[in-house]
Amino acid sequence: MADRDEWMRGGPAPHNPQGTPAPQRHVPPPPPAGPLPGLRADEGLRASGVPKGGVPGAGRLLRWRGIGRLDGGLVPQARLSGPTPWVIAIMVALTVIAAAMGLVLRHIAAEAAAELTGGVTIQILDASPSGRQTQAEAALRVLRAQAGVGQARQVPQAEVDRLIAPWLGADTMADRGDQDIVPVPALIDVRLEGAVDAPRLNTLRAALQQVAPAARVDAQSDWLGPVFGAIESLQWLAAAVVALLALALAAAAVLATRTALGAHRATIEVVHLMGGTDSQIARIFERSIGWDAAIGGLLGFGFAVGVTLFLGRAFAALGAGWLAVGALQWNDWLVLTLVPIAAAVITMLTARLSVIAALRKIL
Amino acid sequence: MSGPGGAPAYGEIAQFENVGLRYGPDREVLADVAFTLFSGSFYFLTGASGAGKSSLLRMLYLAQRPTRGAIRLFGQDAITLPREGLPGLRRRIGVVFQDCRLVPHLSAFDNVALPLRVAGVPEKDIARPVADMLEWVGLADRMADKPASLSGGEQQRVGIARAVIGRPELLVADEPTGNVDPDMAIKLLRLFEALNRLGTTVVVATHDVHLLKKVPDSLIMRLDRGRLSDPTGALRYPPRRSGVAPAGGPHGG
Repeated sequence: MADRDEWMRGGPAPHNPQGTPAPQRHVPPPPPAGPLPGLRADEGLRASGVPKGGVPGAGRLLRWRGIGRLDGGLVPQARLSGPTPWVIAIMVALTVIAAAMGLVLRHIAAEAAAELTGGVTIQILDASPSGRQTQAEAALRVLRAQAGVGQARQVPQAEVDRLIAPWLGADTMADRGDQDIVPVPALIDVRLEGAVDAPRLNTLRAALQQVAPAARVDAQSDWLGPVFGAIESLQWLAAAVVALLALALAAAAVLATRTALGAHRATIEVVHLMGGTDSQIARIFERSIGWDAAIGGLLGFGFAVGVTLFLGRAFAALGAGWLAVGALQWNDWLVLTLVPIAAAVITMLTARLSVIAALRKIL
Repeated sequence: MSGPGGAPAYGEIAQFENVGLRYGPDREVLADVAFTLFSGSFYFLTGASGAGKSSLLRMLYLAQRPTRGAIRLFGQDAITLPREGLPGLRRRIGVVFQDCRLVPHLSAFDNVALPLRVAGVPEKDIARPVADMLEWVGLADRMADKPASLSGGEQQRVGIARAVIGRPELLVADEPTGNVDPDMAIKLLRLFEALNRLGTTVVVATHDVHLLKKVPDSLIMRLDRGRLSDPTGALRYPPRRSGVAPAGGPHGG
């Protein structure tokens, strides 16, 4: 001990030649100084009841449990006073609106397709009203005798006039002599049993050639092909917007998690050194951002529902046929409610993966 | 010297063999470090500022991997151990930091309870040991206080309580008295001694040589520019009692 004291005073290191018996280690005497106020040496550890070396089976528990009620406390959250819930709310609102648009368009396309399946329009293009009518009546007779024709009716002149009035004006149809001011073809609306295809159209054309040479036969779906194409494009656009917003949401979650990780790095390191597993630490952030996503998701969903209902009523008031049939059904609303849930899942999963990736860079 | 329950215990807690540590392309901050820590002993790790004490301790409490050499902790190879195995080892080590590193928005109680919650102890089994531990460090009346309202010495006592609440086998303290006055430093040292008497192996890093005298039977490791020396011979001739041989025999330092 004298050598040791000498070394501590700055002297040479004590000599310990090989073979010299190792210094005896003694139990230190009780500390001469009095304990800290209220300190009862050794008793605290005995009373703790925590076995030496940690809690048996804690490793198993750790895989399934968080850090109890500390989850919220370890990473204090700004909630609505922070940006994350608002960013998520905006993302969710835009996603719900885009998804609602996509669903409405899907309904419109489906309804229109159902309506036009088997639809054929026959125009009698004759300048003479009497000749037109004669050919139309002959064509109707032939059509009704054809196999596979479900229904054939001539569109009443009044209905035709009403259709073209917005473009040509009502006065053009006022004078009904032998010559129209503007010749308008007679229209025959035909419903075939089953879908319309080129051979069936050719059969109809051949059948009408004799009795109504001025007849022009067209599938109704051909006229609306570009409209269907446009609707399909809009549907893809809506799906792409939803996918992009999901990616943006994941990116926002990564940023929020990285910010939180940076802000609480010291705490995370301490928990890590206490034996906290990556999974436990990830769960803290996962739950924290999960709450943000839940709050933001509810806000965004509420806003989007309001907007969707408002727009739905506004379009319904137009009385336009296809817009009316595009109204959202209950199962559509069910799909839309999945958006905030999916947003919460995406953000939580992203947060978890980001935290685990970041922790793997720490020992 | 006796282990828990009065049984002598001199098993090897930690073994470093030819350990080197380098940050980036610079020269090694620690070179050829080799020593063995024996269960139930009290060690001081001393050396000038910048000697590499904190780096060595960081490897000891598994916050840092060496760039070369071998480290065994509690009989397991800490270098090749899969990442999933590290938390189990860390739970057997208590760490006291110079800057305490208390979680600022948690009360003293919750800070001390943190290791138990990390270990998955049910809430109903936490209150009593944490209260006892805070009483043990003389802070029974400050349980609800946040770190910011505690003095430096009080914060360090909370840090010590947090480090030992899980009954670690190895307690590592990195300059624990660096931010407290000399009287408080002595009192904190008494806490470490009390833990050591219960069988906990204690390693205290300090550059204050006056502190070394306060624990007369402590063993001293000295770091000098990244190299470990063995001024008292304690590393070459590890502690033993008559009739009880050290588990691993002497190890050069």
